[in-house]
Amino acid sequence: MSLLVRGGHLVDPANRINGKRDLYIDGRGFVAGVGSAPDDFKPRRVIEADGLVVCPGLVDLRARLREPGLEYKATLESELAAAVAAGITTLCCPPDTNPVIDTPAMAQMIQSRAWRYGLAFIHPLGALTRGLQGQQLTDMESLDEAGCVAFTNALKPITDSLVMRRAMEYAASFDLTVFLHSEDPWLKGVGCCHEGEVGMRLGLPGIPEAAETAGVARDLALIDQTRVRAHFCGLSTARAVQMLGEAQRRGLPVTADVTAHHLHLTEHDLEGFNTQAHVLPPLRSRRDRDALRRALKGGAIGAICSDHQPHEPDAKLAPFSDSEPGISALETLLPLTLKLVDEKLLALPEAVALVTSRPADILGIDAGRLSVGSTADVCVFDPNERWTLTGQAIVSRGHNSPFLGRELKGRATHTIVGGKIVYERER
Amino acid sequence: MTQGLQFDSQGRLKHFLTIEGLSRRTILEILDTAESFISVGQREIKKVPLLRGKTVVNLFFEASTRTRTTFEIAAKRLSADVINLAISTSSTSKGETLLDTVRNLEAMHTELFVVRHSLAGAAHLIASHVPPHVHIINAGDGAHAHPTQAMLDVFTIRSHKGEFEKLKVAIVGDILHSRVARSQIQALNALGAAEVRVIAPKTLLPTAVERLRVVPYSDMRRGLEDVDVIMMLRLQRERMRGALIPSEQEYFRVYGLTPERLARAKPDAIVMHPGPMNRGLEIDSAVADGSQSVILPQVTNGIAVRMAIMALILGPPAEVRPAARRGTRATA
Repeated sequence: MSLLVRGGHLVDPANRINGKRDLYIDGRGFVAGVGSAPDDFKPRRVIEADGLVVCPGLVDLRARLREPGLEYKATLESELAAAVAAGITTLCCPPDTNPVIDTPAMAQMIQSRAWRYGLAFIHPLGALTRGLQGQQLTDMESLDEAGCVAFTNALKPITDSLVMRRAMEYAASFDLTVFLHSEDPWLKGVGCCHEGEVGMRLGLPGIPEAAETAGVARDLALIDQTRVRAHFCGLSTARAVQMLGEAQRRGLPVTADVTAHHLHLTEHDLEGFNTQAHVLPPLRSRRDRDALRRALKGGAIGAICSDHQPHEPDAKLAPFSDSEPGISALETLLPLTLKLVDEKLLALPEAVALVTSRPADILGIDAGRLSVGSTADVCVFDPNERWTLTGQAIVSRGHNSPFLGRELKGRATHTIVGGKIVYERER
Repeated sequence: MTQGLQFDSQGRLKHFLTIEGLSRRTILEILDTAESFISVGQREIKKVPLLRGKTVVNLFFEASTRTRTTFEIAAKRLSADVINLAISTSSTSKGETLLDTVRNLEAMHTELFVVRHSLAGAAHLIASHVPPHVHIINAGDGAHAHPTQAMLDVFTIRSHKGEFEKLKVAIVGDILHSRVARSQIQALNALGAAEVRVIAPKTLLPTAVERLRVVPYSDMRRGLEDVDVIMMLRLQRERMRGALIPSEQEYFRVYGLTPERLARAKPDAIVMHPGPMNRGLEIDSAVADGSQSVILPQVTNGIAVRMAIMALILGPPAEVRPAARRGTRATA
């Protein structure tokens, strides 16, 4: 169905567009024109976007969808519905499903199930090692063929540095990207929060900053050696960000992302044993958070992701260290990113780039931009709408969020995937 | 957040979970009430009828004899019915969550749970999920808090030393894992102690321990100089992971409280220990049994202090509580 998105403020950072433009989408699902109508264009549907922002659909580098294996927490269907309600049109799912995404069949199964729902696009992240056991490499080339856009051991550390070196070397042979959650597991120990003032006062076992520093240092040494294209996931400390910047200046092929919640929350959000703020890597000090923000502004960190981890209610109803880490975060990705604009850290196009074209570039996929001829994945949002995150407002099956009850600003009104309106909110 | 949980809308103590954030006035009210209960233990009939008809459940997910027994005696002296449940944490592996366990017991019409758990925040979690008529006392949660122990410690200090403003207190040992130390530091700071020191090797001191408003020492001799109170802590070997101390012999050689080291403190300094003691590991028998030791009075005081806390939480309002009125000191 051909579509006209009329009168909106179009923000397409990859094409340096930031102003009022109409967007034309042809009946096959591609962008047919920006600003001026293509010849003989007759829209079958018009979306009036006056006062709204029109941007490429959001690209989320990490979202756990819980299927297969943990359907009591969420399903592909429930989370894809949440994604499009939040303006996300493309997302990557890490391989720590059950079974693990370590065979082409698993990668294809997830994509074909997602395809059936016709909502957002899913790109699986393949496992770096079989069963995420950190011992044997996966068939990365076959997994790449089956649609995996990058390879990672998710949150399971590869403790054997030689295995990590081989994994990087093998990935580099085929120009594949590895996603790294760098952390020294021995220094992390049984830690469940930042080793700092709040955790110390609450008597919770801490994860020292040095755990991330040591993990990043090891992985950078191996990246230097293997020249693999590497992406650091969810950096949380000032020191790691500094090391990342130095590596980039030396010309290493490294990128990084940060989660939206690490840009806003700190260890102080754990006060009162708030299990909703239990995440890994842990929420760190204000100094760390400010360093993450500076790295985002300065370009060292190239993407903001949700790191969505929906949980059933009981997962958080336990003493802090026994509660499961993670936030249901798809639906706060856009407003928390826009908050950085409100706080004058970023200009709107910079903020939009961090959740659209720049993560797409990290993945090397054709998404996150509205060039003529590209797939029409579009997010239309009201930048000024104030709304409160409540259990009723959350579409995801997981209601675990430290932002519950908080007022947010900015909300998707329409989401278009492949030229099809997959989400439209009554206004 | 905790403050909102610990007090009801009238500002009355509802749960007793942590010392953090309690005012000097509240702490003194508890101490004064405890003083009025000391005499109960010395009577022939050791009972007052304040909690008659109430049911208290000692819910211990972690082994403890001393603390559980003092809570039990305290509740019985207040005429409550007491049930002791020792639930190994592994029982939750049968599938029941901590909250389900509590909900089942709550369905049996109990009013007060005394909770001990190996994980920080457990009592807090339970308090957040019980109905308004159910009260929680934290009898120790992980490395977080042991507020009734801190109260009996400051009660003992006050009875031997009087005012807190001039006191230098040294807490020695495994501060890293010690809920007693955390609660004790908060109580002493709230009461205006002149200086609180913590003495331990750096492996047993939490990062950023200064943020608790204490002065850290790794030199035992210097740390003990001129202190009025020495509080020894048990080396919590069961909580230790990794190489925290080289050996017990080395630990005693450097941090054990011997008569020679005690001599660095003020001549009238008192020696305390929350128990159970490891003689020859953190404390020499000559000190533990010596004239400056107040370790046994601590245990005795524990009953009165726990009676006071239970009475304040569960008993009738203060104006109809005769035992609590007698002998009450002026509060700040």
